[in-house]
Amino acid sequence: MTQFLEVDNLIMRFGGLTAVDGLSFKVNHGEIHGLIGPNGAGKTTTFNMISGFYKPSGGQVRLRGETISGLRMHEVARRGVVRTFQHSTLFAEMTVMENALVGTHMPFRPNIFAAIIGWDRDDREGARARAREALEFFGLDHLRDEMAGELSHGHQRALGMAVAYASHPDVMLLDEPFTGMNPEETRRMMDLMCRLREDGITILIVEHDMQAIMGLCDNITCMSFGKFLAEGNPAEIRNHPAVIEAYLGGARHVA
Amino acid sequence: MRNLAIFVLGGAALLALPHGLSFSQQEILVFLTLNILLVSSYRLLTLTGEWSLAHVVIMGVGAYASAIYTKELGIWVPVSILLGGATAALLAVLLSFPLFRMKGFYFLIGSFAAGEIIRLLWKRFRDPFGGAKGIKGIDPMPDFSIGIYDFDFFEPISYYYLSCAVVAVCLWILWRIERSPVGLTFHAVHWQDRLAEASGVNLRAYRTLAFSIASGFAGISGALMAHYVGTINPNSFDVDLMVFVLTWAIVGGTATFYGPILGCVVLTVLNEIVLREMGFEQMRPLIYGLIMILSILFLPKGLESLVQKIAGKRPGKDTPERSPAQ
Repeated sequence: MTQFLEVDNLIMRFGGLTAVDGLSFKVNHGEIHGLIGPNGAGKTTTFNMISGFYKPSGGQVRLRGETISGLRMHEVARRGVVRTFQHSTLFAEMTVMENALVGTHMPFRPNIFAAIIGWDRDDREGARARAREALEFFGLDHLRDEMAGELSHGHQRALGMAVAYASHPDVMLLDEPFTGMNPEETRRMMDLMCRLREDGITILIVEHDMQAIMGLCDNITCMSFGKFLAEGNPAEIRNHPAVIEAYLGGARHVA
Repeated sequence: MRNLAIFVLGGAALLALPHGLSFSQQEILVFLTLNILLVSSYRLLTLTGEWSLAHVVIMGVGAYASAIYTKELGIWVPVSILLGGATAALLAVLLSFPLFRMKGFYFLIGSFAAGEIIRLLWKRFRDPFGGAKGIKGIDPMPDFSIGIYDFDFFEPISYYYLSCAVVAVCLWILWRIERSPVGLTFHAVHWQDRLAEASGVNLRAYRTLAFSIASGFAGISGALMAHYVGTINPNSFDVDLMVFVLTWAIVGGTATFYGPILGCVVLTVLNEIVLREMGFEQMRPLIYGLIMILSILFLPKGLESLVQKIAGKRPGKDTPERSPAQ
């Protein structure tokens, strides 16, 4: 049986530095999979390789058996793997609604000739309906006409996810979605992610907030210094000696 | 109903406009109409965030192409004008392969180099481009009659009416494109290309699309000019005119559709009519430059920000409502 999303011996070198060194893990369909590790472990680099932002120096990423590593970012996105960005990367000068409409680019591909003549009314309405659905899902519907750059930080993060969600993704890659959120916002966002999982969306998540990760993920991959360290469910990872050592330092370093 | 009234009144004003002007002013009016198309098509390219310095040369590509089609191949002038635009658009697609490996400032310089290469090719090859002397004796538009009005293209008024009609259609198409999801995607490519790409937008394709549409309309504008003036040479499309296009866009502002048009109209009227009337013949470039510096200092968001202030729109939100609903 082919795996849904498979990272196979992925390598990324920046000059002399090997940021990711032979990383392999598998993500099952319909689960929330966490990718954790201390700062500089290469999590975001891994993300950038899966989403097509970087071209790996070696190894492969496969989606349903098809190699997607080395494709350009929009080609990866068109295969159903959509990412969010670490910081509030949004179209700050556009309204919330327009941000979400850009997210509907894939399901409602604009056609310039139809647009000039006016034959794309159905598509435009469909795109608006989908954009509004995505905004409602993340509780942003009332902010539709605000400028995205003027939203609060929590709302900006939610909008980043709404843009990704609007495109009907199969896999969402979330890069530190809880950064800068207060506990209340984090809890609400965790609920939304569980609902996304019920919708059949597979989520791969990089996060530092351990409470959120442990409460949310079905499986967790831990990496350190670019290498695979451990994998398992939250309980296993919490008690894994190698993980504890990576985060807190080994016993031999203590006094 | 109110929109219809404005439309009718505006159309009547445009029809009546040349009758109150002198012959030389009528000629300026024709160029003004063509320049409006030039600067509006330029704005479509700036929607994606790229500023090109080859736009005027590409306008020239349309002019040369249309002139050669009529002279060498004997194609009917109206068709060759459209073919001139198509040629310019096609050339833009070809140019996009080397040019869109670059972004921002590098694209600016790269496009300048590409434009100069094209101009040098015109100068170098006497056949079919006519070398440094260019092409002379380009066929004028054939005269025709639409019943109520006889188009006689030795009269600038007739050519003004014709170009007004063509430019109006082109502007309408540009407007439709900007208001469409395609236009929204252009904005997205401009503001956050990484996020746009993550949403499945093919950046290279959309940049090329904007570049070729803008070039196509610039080509039509150039072709219209060629058949009006009757002679073109490489120096008709030099960097001087490009600087004018840039100043129209900057002084007018590029956040709205009408900004560059406003800049073009205001600066042309100022330069050609007001300053001439006041007798500043030799000093016109000096005063023109001064006006430009002053407008950048005191109106950094362009003339369009003045209009928005008068129309009572919220300041700071100078991006137009381009809700794709309509």
